[in-house]
Amino acid sequence: MTVPDLIALGYLAAAVLFILGLKSLGRPRTAARGNLLGATGMFVAVVVTLLDRAIVDFRFLAAGVAVGALVGALLAMKVQMTGMPELVALFNGFGGAASVLVAGATFLEVVDLGNVDDQLAVAAALTALIGAVTFTGSLVAFGKLRESLRWSSFAGLHVVRAAAFVASLVLATVVVVQPASTGWFWALVAVGLLLGVLATIAIGGADMPVVIALLNAFSGVAASTTGFVLDNSLLIIAGSLVGASGLILTQIMCNAMNRSILDVVFSKAAVVQSGSHDDAYADGVTSTSAEEVAMLLEVASRVVVVPGYGMAVAQAQHAVRELMTTLEGMGTEVVFGIHPVAGRMPGHMNVLLAEAEVDYEHLLEMDRVNPTFAQTDVTIVIGANDVVNPSARDESDSPIAGMPILDVDESGTVVVIKRSLSPGFAGIPNPLFVADNTLLLFADGKQAVLDIVGALLEG
Amino acid sequence: MTLLVALTLFALAVFLGLELITKVPATLHTPLMSGSNAISGITLIGALVSAGSDHSTLTTVLATVAVALATINVVGGFLVTNRMLAMFQTRRKRDQ
Repeated sequence: MTVPDLIALGYLAAAVLFILGLKSLGRPRTAARGNLLGATGMFVAVVVTLLDRAIVDFRFLAAGVAVGALVGALLAMKVQMTGMPELVALFNGFGGAASVLVAGATFLEVVDLGNVDDQLAVAAALTALIGAVTFTGSLVAFGKLRESLRWSSFAGLHVVRAAAFVASLVLATVVVVQPASTGWFWALVAVGLLLGVLATIAIGGADMPVVIALLNAFSGVAASTTGFVLDNSLLIIAGSLVGASGLILTQIMCNAMNRSILDVVFSKAAVVQSGSHDDAYADGVTSTSAEEVAMLLEVASRVVVVPGYGMAVAQAQHAVRELMTTLEGMGTEVVFGIHPVAGRMPGHMNVLLAEAEVDYEHLLEMDRVNPTFAQTDVTIVIGANDVVNPSARDESDSPIAGMPILDVDESGTVVVIKRSLSPGFAGIPNPLFVADNTLLLFADGKQAVLDIVGALLEG
Repeated sequence: MTLLVALTLFALAVFLGLELITKVPATLHTPLMSGSNAISGITLIGALVSAGSDHSTLTTVLATVAVALATINVVGGFLVTNRMLAMFQTRRKRDQ
């Protein structure tokens, strides 16, 4: 068997391992094995690649692998579960950047040798654009998730964005027509980088799950187009698989918000009303105390906890777990109602609660928990707002009309733990707060839950 | 590989990907995302060849940076996914 045959067989094995890995990752029982299968596939692919005769100098690639492995391992081991959305965004971005650089290096090399053809030029142009958008788009998402970046929409954003998009198409055409002038390639990368910023700059926190899933798909597509540049079957297969699974996840997130991908990217709906909402709530808000909530919980037989991004911000997941254990010790049934887009990335709440050692069986998805609210004595909403806003269900002219929500207002009493009456991401008042059966507990999420637990143990 | 063969692989892989991941429980959304993201770091193998082919200083520099970024993506992605899934598993074991 020749060396190229061996490499091709290794790539085939890796592709099969990736397919089995992705399949297993979608099922709770096999997910951990799926991740291992994927990692094994990657290991096989890297090892057979090192047999490639084109590699004559191992110094630089060894240095790159050493630095990358060290940084990657440190990031992965150090990250707290609350920081997971940022890390996923960052990894997406690195994947996109790597694709651009590989396509760029290969493009330069082939142009130098005078072997450039249409397939390579088209694929290089596509990779430059998609990879660059993925890179800066992910960095903006990363900055917004860390709340260190406060950029938002500006007047004329739509015009600038459209102009940048047209410019990128023109430049891509020039790259294909005149591949020998490699300067155009880098100009295209530059416009792609700008476009990535412009596409994500206006996106608000609640749309983050959609954006992260979409960038995930993009990083796969960029790897796939890089495969066309390198004429490498494994890159095409693995990249397309990831692109497709990212698209499915994006679709799940969009359905959960009743919005289309275009609505999110062009930041439609989600009209932010100006001014304070205190007036809207002037009458009818009933505030409560931790002691009062504890008294309600003492006589409750079924309690549902609905967490949102606020639980992540307050790092309240361990306190919530304590509340669950305490209540269960008193014979009360406790479950969690999880909205698909609660938090800032797909599955955010599940990861946080898993970290706090809350059993999988206690987490109910929207379809399962909604029919049970009518038999629930107390629902505790902690750090969630739009996903429990009844106007999405009841008012057809609401900006979030049609978005599937958790019907918490059907339970006996709703306790909403909030710092203040600030509006949610959608910037619309929440009628839940003034409902007759709603009590507001104004406090930091973690402290409030700990106070309730304290009061329960005393009483 | 001809363009037609490459396009065939692309189309089949996309459809396969769509079929593989249809109904995923919410608990696995994050691990699926970070695990599949690590797989998209497959660009690494292209970067390795490019970084080792000693064509010019510029291509070597670009490719070496690409190797580092892709390795962060791959190593970090698989490790962090493993950490998350281990969290899910210890609970299941303890329950039994």
